[in-house]
Amino acid sequence: MNFYGLVDGTEASLKKYMGSLSGVDQVGADARAAMLGTRSIKTTSKRWAIDTAISMVDLTTLEGADTPGKVKALCTKAVRPDPTDLSVPSVGAVCVYNDMVEIARTHLDLIGGKHVGVAAVSTAFPSGRASMAVKIQDTKDAIEAGASEIDMVIDRGAFLSGRYIEVFDEIVKIREVCGTKAHLKVIFETGELVTYDNVRKASFLAMAAGADFIKTSTGKVAPAATAPVVLVMLEAVRDFYAMTQVRIGVKPAGGIRNTKDAIKQLVLVNETAGPEWLKPSLFRIGASALLNDLLMQRMKMDDGYYASPQYVTID
Amino acid sequence: MSNRIDVKKTYKLFINGAFPRTESGRTYEVKNAKGVFIANPCLASRKDLKEAVVAARAAQPGWNKATAYNKGQILYRLAEMLEGRRAQFVEEIVTVTGVSKAKAEKEVTDSVDRLVWYAGWTDKIPSLSGALNPVAGPYYNFTIPESMGVIAAIAPETPSLLGLIDSIAPIIVGGNTVVVLASTKAPLSAMSFAEVIATSDVPAGVINILTGKKDEITPWMASHMDIDGLDISGLGAKKHVDVKTSGTENLKRIYSFKSADPGRILAFMENKTVWHPIGL
Amino acid sequence: MEEKLSFEYAPAPESRALVTIKPKYGHFIGGKFVAGSKHFPTINPATEEVLSQISLAGKADVDAAVKAARKAYTTTWSKMSGKERGKYLFRIARIMQERSREFAVLETLDNGKPIRESRDVDVPLAAAHFFYHAGWADKLEYAGLGTTPKAHGVAGQIIPWNFPLLMLAWKVAPALAAGNTVLLKPAETTSLTALLFAEVCQQAELPAGVVNIVTGDGSTGALIVNHPGIDKIAFTGSTEVGKIIARAVAPTNKSVTLELGGKAANIIFEDAAIDESIEGIVNGIFFNQGHVCCAGSRLILQESIADEVIEKLKNRMAKIRVGDPMDKNTDLGAINSKEQLLKIRELSAAGDSEGAQRWSAPCDLPGKGFWFAPTIFTGVTQAHRIAREEIFGPVLSVLTFRTPQEAVDKANNTPFGLSAGIWSEKGSKVLWASQQLRAGVIWANTFNKFDPTSPFGGYKESGWGREGGRHGLSAYLKGVSHE
Repeated sequence: MNFYGLVDGTEASLKKYMGSLSGVDQVGADARAAMLGTRSIKTTSKRWAIDTAISMVDLTTLEGADTPGKVKALCTKAVRPDPTDLSVPSVGAVCVYNDMVEIARTHLDLIGGKHVGVAAVSTAFPSGRASMAVKIQDTKDAIEAGASEIDMVIDRGAFLSGRYIEVFDEIVKIREVCGTKAHLKVIFETGELVTYDNVRKASFLAMAAGADFIKTSTGKVAPAATAPVVLVMLEAVRDFYAMTQVRIGVKPAGGIRNTKDAIKQLVLVNETAGPEWLKPSLFRIGASALLNDLLMQRMKMDDGYYASPQYVTID
Repeated sequence: MSNRIDVKKTYKLFINGAFPRTESGRTYEVKNAKGVFIANPCLASRKDLKEAVVAARAAQPGWNKATAYNKGQILYRLAEMLEGRRAQFVEEIVTVTGVSKAKAEKEVTDSVDRLVWYAGWTDKIPSLSGALNPVAGPYYNFTIPESMGVIAAIAPETPSLLGLIDSIAPIIVGGNTVVVLASTKAPLSAMSFAEVIATSDVPAGVINILTGKKDEITPWMASHMDIDGLDISGLGAKKHVDVKTSGTENLKRIYSFKSADPGRILAFMENKTVWHPIGL
Repeated sequence: MEEKLSFEYAPAPESRALVTIKPKYGHFIGGKFVAGSKHFPTINPATEEVLSQISLAGKADVDAAVKAARKAYTTTWSKMSGKERGKYLFRIARIMQERSREFAVLETLDNGKPIRESRDVDVPLAAAHFFYHAGWADKLEYAGLGTTPKAHGVAGQIIPWNFPLLMLAWKVAPALAAGNTVLLKPAETTSLTALLFAEVCQQAELPAGVVNIVTGDGSTGALIVNHPGIDKIAFTGSTEVGKIIARAVAPTNKSVTLELGGKAANIIFEDAAIDESIEGIVNGIFFNQGHVCCAGSRLILQESIADEVIEKLKNRMAKIRVGDPMDKNTDLGAINSKEQLLKIRELSAAGDSEGAQRWSAPCDLPGKGFWFAPTIFTGVTQAHRIAREEIFGPVLSVLTFRTPQEAVDKANNTPFGLSAGIWSEKGSKVLWASQQLRAGVIWANTFNKFDPTSPFGGYKESGWGREGGRHGLSAYLKGVSHE
């Protein structure tokens, strides 16, 4: 692997690459994200944003209590978010634990949802605390079961103690397992990385190591996909594109619960990475409750009055 | 009574740590209160002023950079040197102005004590006048007084020594350098004080002293574009308007003072406010 | 679903319904609105629509206003305790907050600045200035300005068109807190929010004559500056006019504060947080269309990062939304007047003819009104006019440096000294540079931030005195040793 010519796989080259990154000023990044949060998206642009956001949702259930029944219901919702309005697009993918991948894939195929991918959280999600062998096997299992997307977690302990090469090597190995069968999303758990400097560093590390997507969070740790964290990651993919001519996707996950938040995310994408990223192949939103709020807002726009949760399906 | 002919001093200017004669070659007569000739000090020209400003400008960054502790010690050193030469200053004041010895001694005592007082201000003014400003946002924000640059001063005619000290010390306490025009009628204390300066570790150019005529030098001080501030305490009130008007060309800060207090130091300092974000 | 790659924002105009603009205005003297004699139009610079007719105050109007201010000072305001004065200021702050959207809409209509800025910056800060200074009114003896600080009496205040309401607040709030009464003249092109402020004074039941507002042009300003019944002059505007005022006031005992022009350097070191620096550059020069005395109009870039920063800056500038100031998504509004637009064009043309390279962000400018696209000039040197003269518009001059000393030398190589910016992630370098820069406000890793607690004002030809904070209060009090 040539890692875009940015690093040669050695620790020395990785250190040099990471050392070349500029810092991020927290207050400035917060202010920029807050300013973009004041954008007022109305009428036609709001309608377009809602449908776009729906198509970007990775509809997620990641509970210890998940069952085949729960996952099947999720899949049904993913394919036809609003059974009364078939103009609503399907979501981007469903996101489930490893053991639910096969159930999800089978059910999606059964109900006409071949176009909806299955993303599997992998590598000892959410903590990442397992041997490499286990992480590799975890990933292999998911792909064999039909996962087209792998959402791996990085070893935050290794990252925070500066053992970047270990994090890098893990991503490289999982990338190899994914091959051409699955897209690789690399989850940073930004709430544990804490600083924006770390988020920027992790972004560049993961992109060089072969990530197709960089993803904020597991959804198990707060804060998760805050606007400034997503801003920093969008700046990273934009800069990485300038360096390599390759566009890496971004997936905020956790904490995006309503239409307003989702539209703010799209504004961040539009004005940071650019409109080229405004498609499900380059931007996803990991969420569960968000979808219904998007649907209710969509109803409100069509009907002219506010909707009630009674008119959208709970799953 | 000895028949020895005493050696009289040639009074010169004090520019950039040296004692040059005026470039103009001019002098004027100083007589005592009874009209007896005392000395021929330099009648400084606008070109001497220009040279003094060049020296003061060159010296300013270095003096500004000196620690407050260091500046305080140098001012205190001036007091030490003046104390050691009390007799000479008393004699000069008596000779030139005709005041009683007791009065002259009091002026010298006050001058020494005033220098000591100013010496203690160098490391206190910023604490006293600065501020931490609680802005409504994640920013550390503080205001500190900083030197203004090159300040010119017109010392009062009397008291010739104490007035000179008040024209010099508060200006340099603030990290500025100074060009001062000494008392015209009684310039001897000033030129002898230059000798005190020369032996007190004051860097060359920090204090520059001219002797001459106010009417001749003041307008050039007021209009000089490389002078940032002007102390006109020694100038008659009637002349203030012309000076202030002329000084507007570079928006010079022009003040006169009635007393020695911290405000006199702060008048020739600029407040600088610095913002910096607080974050990770 | 059809792939659509462009996210067009539909117009999101703020409602105008909130404001009532009278067809004609007079002056506010002695607590009442009085009719003026001569009038001139005030227009919306974004559309050239005439909004109203504003009175041009002559000698009789100024005399009446000074008389009202003197009477209020003598009979009411100087006799009132600081505690009570402060309560009036608190009331004003609260009413401004209550009517904030109304002020924002009116400001944007009259000035041309984006509603986002008038709503999020100008108006909240104006209210904050009153709230802050209200608390000083009964604490003046603790301000470090002597134990018995005294007001000057009647303050004549002349303010500019770039932040009409905010500059009013900067002037009026400390003056009243310190116990002065006020005669204020807003700028000729932006009188409306000052006249709305007069209504706020009425709602706050401020005693008649404590605040008087006369409208007019430079001739009215000259009447105020030269009026013998005024004790204190406070002016914000150009250095050129500031010098005229300083000369006019030199023969008098009037106290003067001046907040004048600038040509601020915004220095980006190679170890800066680049993306936040880009935001700082944009905020520094394109905030309020660059109609900011402290605008970071000279970008001073370390050579090692110059190409990268310029490229990123151009990309960022292409995203600046120029247009209808009333649209909530607009980033850059209208140039305030035709006169100002011509000045910006003239200086930009000088940039071209002196060999600098102009680049303007691609954007559609409206057909009517006064507009200028966000523009940068690269290849600028210290000797260019656009590196020395205040353009007061959305035009940035880009210079480069090799060493930190060269950066501060270039930054300081100007008769101005209002503000400067520093961008570096190295703390000791930031402090070093902030010490070296000869300017009254240093923004390190930020730019164009304002707060009522934070003193603002310039070195050298950028003015006399400070506004805001404890230091700003001294401008409205006697009792300091020098005069």
